[in-house]
Amino acid sequence: MKLSQSRVLLGALLCGMMANTVYAGEVNAAVAANFTAPVQQIVAQFQKETGHTVKLSFGSSGKFTAQIKEGAPFDVLLAADEKNPQLLEKEGLAVEGSRFVYALGKLVLWSAQSGYVDDKGHVLRKGGYNKLAYADPKLAPYGLAAKETLEELGLWNAVQGKLVTGESITQTYQFAATGNAELAFIALSQITQNGKVTEGSWWIVPAHLYNPIKQSAVQLSAAKDKAAAQAFLTFLKGEKAKTIIRSFGYDLP
Amino acid sequence: MMLNIAPADLQSVWLTLKLASVVTLLLLLIATPLAWWLAHSRRWYKGIIASLVALPLVLPPTVLGFYLLLLMGPHGVVGELTHALNLGRLPFTFAGLVIGSVLFSMPFAVQPIQNAFESIGKRPLEVAATLRASLLDQFFSVALPLARPGFLTAMILAFAHTVGEFGVVLMLGGNIDGETRVLSVAIYSHVEAMEYDAAHVLAGGMVLFSFVVLLGLYLLGGKEGKR
Repeated sequence: MKLSQSRVLLGALLCGMMANTVYAGEVNAAVAANFTAPVQQIVAQFQKETGHTVKLSFGSSGKFTAQIKEGAPFDVLLAADEKNPQLLEKEGLAVEGSRFVYALGKLVLWSAQSGYVDDKGHVLRKGGYNKLAYADPKLAPYGLAAKETLEELGLWNAVQGKLVTGESITQTYQFAATGNAELAFIALSQITQNGKVTEGSWWIVPAHLYNPIKQSAVQLSAAKDKAAAQAFLTFLKGEKAKTIIRSFGYDLP
Repeated sequence: MMLNIAPADLQSVWLTLKLASVVTLLLLLIATPLAWWLAHSRRWYKGIIASLVALPLVLPPTVLGFYLLLLMGPHGVVGELTHALNLGRLPFTFAGLVIGSVLFSMPFAVQPIQNAFESIGKRPLEVAATLRASLLDQFFSVALPLARPGFLTAMILAFAHTVGEFGVVLMLGGNIDGETRVLSVAIYSHVEAMEYDAAHVLAGGMVLFSFVVLLGLYLLGGKEGKR
C-alpha cells in the first residue's frame, strides 16, 4: 500500500518535472552593466509570472558584441547603446526587426561627498577638484555622453589634466565612490533606487548637452526559435518592466 | 607585419619599460634583505612573513588593486598619510603604480633570491668567518656572488611580471596617457574598442618580448647550472 502510494507520488513528480521542461525555458541574457539593478528586479517578476528562468551576465556592450561574434551562447543582448545591436543585426547575428529601445539613459555628474555638486553643475567650471572620472568614450556610451557634455560646455580642454578614465561606468563609479576622484560622470541608474538618489551630491545633466543614450535590446539569431527569449523581450516592453525601469531614473522612448 | 604604432601606444611601451625598470630596481633593494632574513631566521613569525610575501601569487590582482585603491584613497590609512606629508594622493599616478607593482611582484623577486641563499648553506659563510671576514664582508664577498643565478632569475621575473601585469594597474591607474596607461591596459582598451589591428601590433610585440625574456632565462639557467 505504502509502496504504491509512493509510486504514484513519484509518477506525479516526474510528470510535473517533464511538464516543467516542456513549458519552462532558460534565457541567457547579456546585459549592459548600468542596467544591473533594474534587470534583476525585472527578471524576478518575469520568473515569477512565467516560470522561465533567466541567467544574467553583466559587462560592456562592446565586449558582449565581440563575444557574440565569436559564438558566445547568449539569447538576448540588452546593450547600453544602439550601435552594437545594430552591428549584430547587420551581420545577421541578431533577429531582424527584434531590436527596440528599452530605456533612455540619463547622465549625471556625481560626487560621493554631499554638498559637493550643485544642482546646476557649476562645480565643473569653478574647478577646485583634482580628478574628474569618466568612462572611456570609445567603450562606454555614458563616457561618450560625458565627453559630448564637456565639449558642449566648452570645458573639454580645461579638464584634460584632471580626467581619469574608467574602463566601464562601473569602474568610474568606483573611482568616485572610494573618494579618489571628487567628481564622476556616471549613469543616474547607478545611484538611484526606488526613484530616489540615495547618496552623495549630483547634477542631472540636461538632455540637450549630449546625444540620447538609446539603450537597445535585441534577440540573437542563435535563439531565433526560443520562446522563452521572445517572452522575456516582450516582458521587457511591458508596463510592469517600464515601471521598474523608470524607478531607476531612466526615461522611456 | 604592420608597424604603424600610434604615438600614444609608443608612449605606453615607453611607460611600461620605465615602470618595470623602476620596480625591478626597488625590488632588488627590498627583496635582498628580506630574502636573506627569510633564509636564515628561525623566528616563530617567519612563516607569517613568508605567507604575506607570497600572498600576491594567490590573490586575484583586482582584489589587490581594489584594496590599494581604498587604502591610498582619501579615506584610507595610506591616503591620509601621503596627504599629511603633502605628497598628494597615489591613485592615478606613476608612483601609485610603482607601489602596486612592487607589492604585486614581490614574491617573484623574493623567492628566487631566498632559494639561492638557502642553497648556499652556512658552510661558506662560516669558512669566511674563520678567515676573519666581517658580517658585511661575508655577505658581499661570499653570499652575493654565490647567489648570482638567484638574483638574475629574480630580476628577469620581476621585470617581466611587471610588464605583464594588468589587474592592479587597471584598478589603480585611471588610464592616463603618459602617466598610467601601460601596455597591458592599452591592449585591453584596443580590444574592447574592437580596434584589433592596433591591438595586434602591441599584443604580438608583447608575446614576442615575453618569449625572448623566458628563453633568455632558461638559456641562462642552463649555463649557470652547468658551471
